[in-house]
Amino acid sequence: MSDATVTVYKRMKDLPSTHLLGAGTAMCAGCGGLQALHEVYDVLGENTIVVNAAGCMTLLSVYPFTPFRGSWLYTSMASAPAGAQGVRDALDIQLSKGRIQPEQDLQVVVLTGDGAANGMGLSATSAAIERGLDFIYLCYDNEGYGNTGQQSSAATPHGARTSTSTGPRGFAGYKKDLFAIWAAHRPAYVATVIGSEPLDLARKIEHAKSLKGPRLIIALSPCPTGWDFDPAQTVEIGRLAVKTGLWPLKEYEDGRVTHTKLPHPRLPVEEYLKLQGRFDHLFSPSRNEALLAEIQARVDAYWADIETTGA
Amino acid sequence: MTRALITGNAAAAWGARLARADYVPAFPITPQTEIIETLAGWMDAGEFDCRLTLLESEHSMLTAAGAAAASGVRVFTATSSQGLLYAMEMIYAAPGLRAPFVLVNVSRGIQTPVTLEPDHNDVLAARDSGFLQLHCATCQEVLDSTLIAYRLGEDHRVRLPAIVNMDGFYLSFTREPVEIPEPAQASRFLPAFDPETTRFRAGSPVSQAVVVLGGSPYSYFRYEQHLAALRALEVYEEVAAEFAQQFGRHYAALETYRSDDAEFVFCMIGSFATKARDAVDRLRESGQRVGLVRPRLLRPFPAGHLRRAMAGKKGVAVIDQNISLGKGGVLHAELASALYGQRDAPPVLASFIGGLGGRDIGAEEFYEMIAVTRAAHEQGQTPEPRLLYTADELREMRKLQAIAHAERTERKP
Repeated sequence: MSDATVTVYKRMKDLPSTHLLGAGTAMCAGCGGLQALHEVYDVLGENTIVVNAAGCMTLLSVYPFTPFRGSWLYTSMASAPAGAQGVRDALDIQLSKGRIQPEQDLQVVVLTGDGAANGMGLSATSAAIERGLDFIYLCYDNEGYGNTGQQSSAATPHGARTSTSTGPRGFAGYKKDLFAIWAAHRPAYVATVIGSEPLDLARKIEHAKSLKGPRLIIALSPCPTGWDFDPAQTVEIGRLAVKTGLWPLKEYEDGRVTHTKLPHPRLPVEEYLKLQGRFDHLFSPSRNEALLAEIQARVDAYWADIETTGA
Repeated sequence: MTRALITGNAAAAWGARLARADYVPAFPITPQTEIIETLAGWMDAGEFDCRLTLLESEHSMLTAAGAAAASGVRVFTATSSQGLLYAMEMIYAAPGLRAPFVLVNVSRGIQTPVTLEPDHNDVLAARDSGFLQLHCATCQEVLDSTLIAYRLGEDHRVRLPAIVNMDGFYLSFTREPVEIPEPAQASRFLPAFDPETTRFRAGSPVSQAVVVLGGSPYSYFRYEQHLAALRALEVYEEVAAEFAQQFGRHYAALETYRSDDAEFVFCMIGSFATKARDAVDRLRESGQRVGLVRPRLLRPFPAGHLRRAMAGKKGVAVIDQNISLGKGGVLHAELASALYGQRDAPPVLASFIGGLGGRDIGAEEFYEMIAVTRAAHEQGQTPEPRLLYTADELREMRKLQAIAHAERTERKP
């Protein structure tokens, strides 16, 4: 995080105590995505327009209700960043022609799941970044097509059971590195966050808000229904995702990647995996030592350089 | 007013410029590209105060167009063929925003096989989307229809986007003398864009395109769009009358040519109707009472106009420059649904498919279509649909097939 940002979020008690996003939505109990969205929206505020792609959160705004105090535009699964482009361009045109006042301007926020972000929406996102679109992209990453029953997506981790990978080895693919793909476009800002680390999240959103251009955020979103765990454990699982090093909290700015939280000591990945039904087959009827070791080794390899250099 | 020799594409660009479009989201595709290049050139030269954004696909282009229109600016865009199909999800999504804008479609046949030349299968795929559709036969009509489409779609009683359609190559790349209205004159006809309550801004939050639960609210909003599209029929009459008063060119929802006293009429859309006009003149010279009926407005469908224009005719030769595979001509089916069971409806409604992928429809074919329709009337039965194809064409096709066969077999080891 650049030194230029003087954060108002120094301690947990600095975080907003009342939430802007209304309650009573159609999200599942314990939704980690909604937890992150609450925290993000508290920082961004109501002078926003949320441009949504098909996914779980499309069901936030169901006629005639919405939990948002600001505006909302649903687009399609593939083209939310293009919708954001249209809104941003229209606002800029009206500002430059004096048809609206600067105080009527809006922060344009794309909100999609990992399915849209990693799959059919990636082309529209790539193009929006390349055009330098002034927007914030929030991807709630629950590692599968959650709204349709947790089919595998490009963000599904290796070995996880999904409704389209139910065999003893789970999902054969590897989670796509969307952070690296986004960062390779050299946008203004990229960050990973998680709702269970609200201070880290608030600082990053606060920083993103202070910047112009493409700012992209991935929030790992523990999903009780898709990952198969008790909704009461959402926060704990989120914390373990960070403590085991499986979900590195980091940010990209000015060509550099910085880790904002170094998990030390790193807990074994199975502390995280064993709480989730989607990884049950790694532990019963017998422990799949090979697969557990493979997952651990990939995490170790990721952190090897970072822990030595402290970067 | 200036008179210039310009292409249909340039005429469309002039339409957007005179409409004072604020925003052009674009993506290039043959034969539409000249439209966005022309607009871009004017913007770069400082002659046109508008913003151009190149999107990475037509799907994104239509998303941006709808989003920008819903944000309160006047939007123009253009596409063609595969581009229109690629955008189709958003073509169907946009009208529900009730945020008007204009899309020029330069008709081109759709794959497979691939062609660059025109027919109407592309634009007819958008038939049921809620976009209004204006079909042009001349370059002048392209410019004028663009201005009319904005007035029509932006009318408080309508609030829907509109497609202005022209045939690729035949209009897009053909220069015709076109009267280009003065900007002041265009402004009088088309006032500044009024977004009404459809816009996004801080302090007055709006939710757009949200989910509804259950068929009842869904049906309600769908019916509203449908009724708005139907209302566009009467609004069109007002708008066209005002356009005629200001510019001296009248564009009826249904163009009729020498059809009042005709026994038989052609019915078709698009620029090939100018060929039918010629055929009508020749047939009249030979003493046959023949006319032409051309729906300019396809959505809303001018059913009442068609009933009146067709009443008492002995037969209609419907020429479809499209093909609903496994069914036949789309216009034929639409016309049949408008005429069936109506008093004085023509007893014969003959279907002809022609002009696919830019294939010409020759004068002899027009004469033959009338002969077939006349014979059908005498026999008292509508004939089987015909697919226009000549013996010469088939011979040429057989030659191509022989070459293809030889190429294929020669490659075998």
